[in-house]
Amino acid sequence: MSATDVLAVADHRRGELRPVSYELLTAGRELADALGGDLHATVVGGDVDRFAERLDCEGVDVVHTVAEGEEFNHDVTTAAVTALFEALEPGAVVMPNSVNGLDYAPAVATRLSLPLVTDAVALDGDDGLTVTREMYGSKVETAVAVDEGPVALTVRGGEWPVAEGVGDAAVEAFEVDIDESSIRSTVRGFEEVGAGDVDISEAEFIVSVGRGIEEEENLELVEELADALDATLAASRPIVDSGWLPKNRQVGQSGKVVTPKVYLALGISGAVQHVAGMKGADTIIAVNTDPDAPIFDIADYGIVDDLFEVVPELIERFD
Amino acid sequence: MKILVTVKEVAEVADDFEIEGLEIPETYLEYDLNEWDDYAIEAAVRIAEDRDEDVEVVAVTVGPERSEETIRMALAKGADRAVRVWDDGLAEADVLDPTTTARILAAVADREEPDLVLSGVQAADDGFGATGVALADLLDMGWAAVVNDLELEDGQASVRRELEGGVEELTTVDLPAVLTIQTGINEPRYASLRGIRQAQRKELAVHSLADLDLDPAVVDDALTLEGLAKPETESDATIFEGDPGETAAELEAVLRDAGVGAE
Repeated sequence: MSATDVLAVADHRRGELRPVSYELLTAGRELADALGGDLHATVVGGDVDRFAERLDCEGVDVVHTVAEGEEFNHDVTTAAVTALFEALEPGAVVMPNSVNGLDYAPAVATRLSLPLVTDAVALDGDDGLTVTREMYGSKVETAVAVDEGPVALTVRGGEWPVAEGVGDAAVEAFEVDIDESSIRSTVRGFEEVGAGDVDISEAEFIVSVGRGIEEEENLELVEELADALDATLAASRPIVDSGWLPKNRQVGQSGKVVTPKVYLALGISGAVQHVAGMKGADTIIAVNTDPDAPIFDIADYGIVDDLFEVVPELIERFD
Repeated sequence: MKILVTVKEVAEVADDFEIEGLEIPETYLEYDLNEWDDYAIEAAVRIAEDRDEDVEVVAVTVGPERSEETIRMALAKGADRAVRVWDDGLAEADVLDPTTTARILAAVADREEPDLVLSGVQAADDGFGATGVALADLLDMGWAAVVNDLELEDGQASVRRELEGGVEELTTVDLPAVLTIQTGINEPRYASLRGIRQAQRKELAVHSLADLDLDPAVVDDALTLEGLAKPETESDATIFEGDPGETAAELEAVLRDAGVGAE
């Protein structure tokens, strides 16, 4: 137990470990190697013994199980991670940059007076710790040096490969004394949203529209295109936030994950949250006025032009 | 009832921009109210409008004089008064760690003693997504992150938290609490001309760290910005060139190849 160790905190929901948990193990192992210490994993709540077995991947030295509650509760997780950190005194605690990760990681940092760097996309621990993260909606990449450890980190999903193999980690139950009065929130349940007339995750061809459409009235144009191509209409977050299309049409991290044969992105810049929902499409085509829009990084085909110029031409060709 | 709304003026970067050292020159930056905070302000103002009791909405920001324009926007949209924290120490420190910002906001909240604090989920510029929850913990309040639906009842907030993959968590949090507000929770209003006029007369207090009894060393965080770069583009997309007629023809070929329009 020392400042060269790394503690990685798994993410689970409704009985399953979320994929980012295994990515955290890879990120944590890399960092532990650079620091020269052990990788400790922990899971708080749920079926912790089953979770521990899964988390025992290659490179994991110890899995600490905290059998407190079924579902994620940030008050419990904050208390458990804080107590475990104090017991282990590692050099870094690595947490997921998920919705739930961001619901407790900042509190872990303040309670332990640790510096906090969220949404890391790369970690370099060879000469002190430097964290790579993005700013300005992925337009800029920054290198943030942590002057002195220990540090609290959250890492972005999809940036590290998942940990594999079977390790020989020791599984240890960790007892936490949780003060009932510190539990100020109660999870009452879950709801799937965006059910409705259409399931975009089943669509073969998708025409998807983003901020570039500018006005609600202009949606008619892309609806016409979707009709002409016999494709399903979908959208990025701002269109749904504005109430122009219902939630069941939203592609992305908080919406649906789609895997069509063709994904035609019109006026979508390609924020990381959107890309998470459509990168599995066979063929990605982007039309955007900004040649540096991140959508072109994952597109197979692109047109740098105004969608209002290109779309009418395309409709004509398929009508 | 008192609601504190934390707001931030964020920089937006032009499509074409340059980086000089560790900075993006001002010519490429435009400043605006953080999008998420706009939704938080709207949520607070609606609570004030909907409830029978008196509700005071106080907007608080950490930012230079330039950001008064932005916080006035919160006043124009219905906040009753505003607090701005800034001094030379903050100007020189270039605070990076979101828990540091939370400590400064906590000093304001300690004085205001709000029943509810609303913050945006994240700031559009540095995107830490951490200030609200850090603030809650420092204030020893309850919290909920990434809220897209909110009802207040009997000293509790019933919220929906927007999780990944189209799943929402239904959670109840005891008040006082900090809620981080997600975009789409409401439709933020535009400031009316009357609102903008009224905003000029509303109280906007400016506090230094010393005014808040904060140790000047609070701004010396353990993080240092060492590099700023445009991400290397990995694009291997085939880009169609030409006028819209030509590019649409190329696109048609790709689409037909993939089976679009086959029937």
